[in-house]
Amino acid sequence: MVENRPALTVLTHLTLVLGVVIVGFPLYVVVIASTQTAQDIVQNAPMSLWPGDSMAENYRVALWGGVLNNGGRVAPAWPMMAVSLASALIIAFGKIAISLLSAFAIVFFRFRFRTACFWLIFVTLMLPIEVRIGPTYSVVASLGLLNTMTGLTVPLMASATATFLFRQFFLTVPDELVEAARIDGASPMQFFRDHLVPLSTTTIAALFVIQFIYGWNQYLWPLLMTTNETMLPIVLGIKRLLTGGDAGTDWNIVMATAILAMVPPAVVVLLMQKWLVRGLVDSEK
Amino acid sequence: MGSLSFERVSKRYGQGARAVPVIAGLDAQIADGEFVVIVGPSGCGKSTLLRMVAGLEDVTGGEIRIDGRVINGLEPAQRDIAMVFQNYALYPHMTVFQNMAYGLRIAGLGSHEIERRVGHAAQILEISELLARKPRELSGGQRQRVAMGRAIVRQPKVFLFDEPLSNLDARLRAQTRLEIRRLHAELRTTTLFVTHDQVEAMTLAERMIVMNAGAIEQIGTPESVYERPASLFVASFIGSPPMNLLRNWAAPGAATGASTAAALRDVLGTIVPPNAVLGVRPEDAVIVDSPPFNGLWPLTVEVIEMLGAERLIHGRVGTEAIIIRQEASRPAPRAGQQVSLQISPSKLHTFDARTGRRVENAAD
Repeated sequence: MVENRPALTVLTHLTLVLGVVIVGFPLYVVVIASTQTAQDIVQNAPMSLWPGDSMAENYRVALWGGVLNNGGRVAPAWPMMAVSLASALIIAFGKIAISLLSAFAIVFFRFRFRTACFWLIFVTLMLPIEVRIGPTYSVVASLGLLNTMTGLTVPLMASATATFLFRQFFLTVPDELVEAARIDGASPMQFFRDHLVPLSTTTIAALFVIQFIYGWNQYLWPLLMTTNETMLPIVLGIKRLLTGGDAGTDWNIVMATAILAMVPPAVVVLLMQKWLVRGLVDSEK
Repeated sequence: MGSLSFERVSKRYGQGARAVPVIAGLDAQIADGEFVVIVGPSGCGKSTLLRMVAGLEDVTGGEIRIDGRVINGLEPAQRDIAMVFQNYALYPHMTVFQNMAYGLRIAGLGSHEIERRVGHAAQILEISELLARKPRELSGGQRQRVAMGRAIVRQPKVFLFDEPLSNLDARLRAQTRLEIRRLHAELRTTTLFVTHDQVEAMTLAERMIVMNAGAIEQIGTPESVYERPASLFVASFIGSPPMNLLRNWAAPGAATGASTAAALRDVLGTIVPPNAVLGVRPEDAVIVDSPPFNGLWPLTVEVIEMLGAERLIHGRVGTEAIIIRQEASRPAPRAGQQVSLQISPSKLHTFDARTGRRVENAAD
């Protein structure tokens, strides 16, 4: 099957390099833009593809806020990043906890309408947040949860995908294991804590990565429900920077903020890479 | 300390008209310290019965008692039993020590007591050096031992084994069989062992319960079950190769008109009613070096299988197929040869053709 033809090898590598360039070039432009001054970016068309010398200044302003040469004020990014980090973590852990428990109930207990419950959860997969955002907003608003961390995270927590993933994993747990635990005297919650959760660690880790990024990248929901500066996540912060009014947009700061917003999810992926792949691919856990 | 009794125990799956009966009104008594093997073909209800003792299946009717205490409604952990599963069911994320200690930890024992019990069990089973390993790092035989260790540390009144040897290869199975016997001799804990393998049943049991279609066919020591099978089912299930059963010996032969009955008229005329089924163990028929005459069976040899220490001779008496087991040191007949068989009337089993039950014949 594996042929050793030089021409083919060259072609393969060219294709791969082309793919990397297509994916990597925009990112490169963002990084480069974040090292130049606003004037450099606007005046040179097209902008220079060589790094400028204002990198430290740009990132300092983006992160801590400040006043620019042209008089524009920039709000600091770090409180917004803190909001994003907190909400992404709460959403990820909340999703995992709720999905673990609901999958546990669906797989290991025999109750009335068990299958109906599963399908109800499963059907919500087909209703993304955009579809139900009106009612959700009205519920959260009438509960007085606008501009709170609870309001920002709780509506995003229930997850059919995660429940489904855990259900599929739990179905592979042999009956004899459950029975052995029963004979050992473990209560259902002890079985859950001592056996199911430890056995699910790879799945949990993989889900954490996915859900953290999901939470971090939330845009529409925070856009609707946060009006207060202190509850603004970083993704919305970037959007704020774009409406610069008369002063025009400070693209160098926008790009620096974009890079800052990319760092935490990238770190999570890098740290959990091994687990992510194992959790999604490995059937033998 | 650990007697076990079944009184009119029954099991149905489903309810009402669509209920499927699995076990119907079963009675048995197992004394303290006894090693009892339940044997039967798959689907006979033997595993269901064991799981009912363990508390993993509900009891539909009747009572199961351990030491006189009815355990029908108790949780598995409260029944004072321990079970070894067919696939061992070790907790894959726990070490051998944690596997064995888990039940004790749940029961709230102190860590000193847990260490003492696990250490002792590990010593008995010779797995002390494996305590820190995970199950996936163990061989099949070692996992089997850990599963037994997990049962031993609980110090239960009754051990339940659900076909624990069926995942082992033949050599290891024979070895583990011996170890289970040795273990039982040492601990003297009442043991209920389920298997479909009649060799396993014969070698392990102090008493065996032969089950078929949800009912007990026979209870007895391996010797008595082998020598005096209570029914056609037991006769054909216990023993390898199985007992020769002559069902149509009285019917006239198809082509030649020479029926088995005609050939055996002299031998059986007075002992056996013509509607009975005849049974002969393969080793109870002896080929003798003399022409057929009064008291001997005429056998036409068809195929000979050499097994090493012994050989199996397949042939026909009249129209009925028969297998004979013969020591390899004896002179072998040739295929196609006519020989004479000597079968002591006391070795002849007779069964009622209609009910399938054993008929005690006059010669006994």
